[in-house]
Amino acid sequence: MNDTLLLILVVTIFILAIFVGLEVIAKVPATLHTPLMSATNAIHGVIVVGGFLILARAEALPMYIIGTLAVLFGTLNVVGGYVVTDRMLEMFKTKKRSITK
Amino acid sequence: MNLLAQAAPAGQGLLNWADFGYLIGAVCFILALKLMNSPITARKGNWISAVGMVIALGVTFIYPTLTGDPLILGLKPLNMALMLGAFFVGIVGGAWPGRKIAMTNMPQMVALLNGLGGGSVALVSLYEFVDASNRGETPPAVQAIATVLSVIIGTMSFSGSLIAFGKLQELLPGRPFLFKGQKAVNAIIALAIVVLAVVILVGGQGANVLLFSILIVCAFALGILGVIPIGGADMPVVISLLNSFTGVSAGFAGFVLMNTALLIGGGLVGASGLILTLLMCTAMNRTLANVLFAGVGVVVASSGPSAFAGRTPKSYSPEDVGILLANAEKVVIVPGYGMAVAQAQHQVKEMADKLASMGIDVKYAVHPVAGRMPGHMNVLLAEADVPYEQLYELEDINPLFPETDVVLVLGANDVVNPAARYDKSSPIYGMPILDVDKAKTVVVSKRGMGVGFAGVDNELFVYDNTVMCFGSAKATVQKVTQALEKY
Repeated sequence: MNDTLLLILVVTIFILAIFVGLEVIAKVPATLHTPLMSATNAIHGVIVVGGFLILARAEALPMYIIGTLAVLFGTLNVVGGYVVTDRMLEMFKTKKRSITK
Repeated sequence: MNLLAQAAPAGQGLLNWADFGYLIGAVCFILALKLMNSPITARKGNWISAVGMVIALGVTFIYPTLTGDPLILGLKPLNMALMLGAFFVGIVGGAWPGRKIAMTNMPQMVALLNGLGGGSVALVSLYEFVDASNRGETPPAVQAIATVLSVIIGTMSFSGSLIAFGKLQELLPGRPFLFKGQKAVNAIIALAIVVLAVVILVGGQGANVLLFSILIVCAFALGILGVIPIGGADMPVVISLLNSFTGVSAGFAGFVLMNTALLIGGGLVGASGLILTLLMCTAMNRTLANVLFAGVGVVVASSGPSAFAGRTPKSYSPEDVGILLANAEKVVIVPGYGMAVAQAQHQVKEMADKLASMGIDVKYAVHPVAGRMPGHMNVLLAEADVPYEQLYELEDINPLFPETDVVLVLGANDVVNPAARYDKSSPIYGMPILDVDKAKTVVVSKRGMGVGFAGVDNELFVYDNTVMCFGSAKATVQKVTQALEKY
């Protein structure tokens, strides 16, 4: 595949992802704003993938440091993000049970 | 010349089996966001998102390297050890505080996590820049631009989120921090960033690592300076915006690494984060520009006396409030920021239970932006086991106020300020408010006569049907409950 085609492909993926992101949130109730922010917060922690890729080819001390920190920060973002979101949403579950009571 | 080989020295390019895994991960993310539009399916959605994340991280180990072998086979022991070490420290370091932290402190936790994500993006891009520079290579234009953009946005998100965290954690003063010429300083730094970015990009071959470092320092400073003039009450909007920033920067990092997981994950969050930010602004009847640049929350001294027009508020003791409540039939509790800060939700539930046991009808009125973030109050009350059916949203409770005997406002201010209905000069004019003043009696529990976040006085406090009960929400509610024990 040549450069131009690859570039078009990459830009296409990015733009489509943006449009999906815009569409999927449109009608969310205010109650869910905070959990949703937290949930999307966890998703951008996917940068850990980038951290893995760079750390895998690090060869000098500064690069090891940068790569290790990138993986560490990204992992904190991912794991903390999911745990926090789950705790918030757990609360909604309690509510649901009290409705059925 | 193949862009793949040029751009990704380790042979990391598009279209391999790992990308198929990323596609599955991306579908999980999208599905998750969709499920999160309803409280009933939201939790499941978050789990699906987590599964997608595990898949995306997992398949990265079969990502092809320069030799064409999966990444995991070519991994040197030291790199492997650092990777797994950082990963496991991150898991423990993220999960433990995530489980322990009090519900009331959630917003600052989200801010901190977002900052770390932004920092991670900036580090990945920094690595790519230094790496290319070491090899004396000039990456193709798209990647060079993406590197510069992701490092700028990621760094701003990092420093800005730390300031937001500091403000919410009360390590820094929550009030807007303004100084003379602030906007000029910000403009100069922003200009410096643009100039540096252009110089670095045009410089091309052997692009200067020193200049790149200065760029990072400038972006760091702009992140700080951009957030300090914004008041504590607007921090949720700021965090949401910075969340979107981190997403966008992660998407740009996807261009740098030619990685579909980052492209899709980043693009999704960048867009949905922005929409969420605008929704939050709408709930407060503010524009995003107003939140970011107006410095709302600065005390406007001159507006003070006029709102009160020489009237003084009546002050009741918690015991008096107890008597008032005991003689009421219908009570509405309006929890606000003050209750959230005092972490009084359990005491409030106790008091409400006591009232209910006395045959008094108790409802909660939850303003869309009550608490520290939209929806935060619902989470806090749910934590205290307040039954869902007692929570009323703005449009459902407002018609019920005229037939309410006592409204108990706990640490809320701007959301019950009647001036929002008619005073066009008020900064909060037009914001939907709870019409508590239409009730027979309004009890306002507050620490003092201080203004709310919008920095405006609240004439409700001197209304004939209003009484004030000074003290922290927690102490007041406890004393009221004790007073009720006599009945």
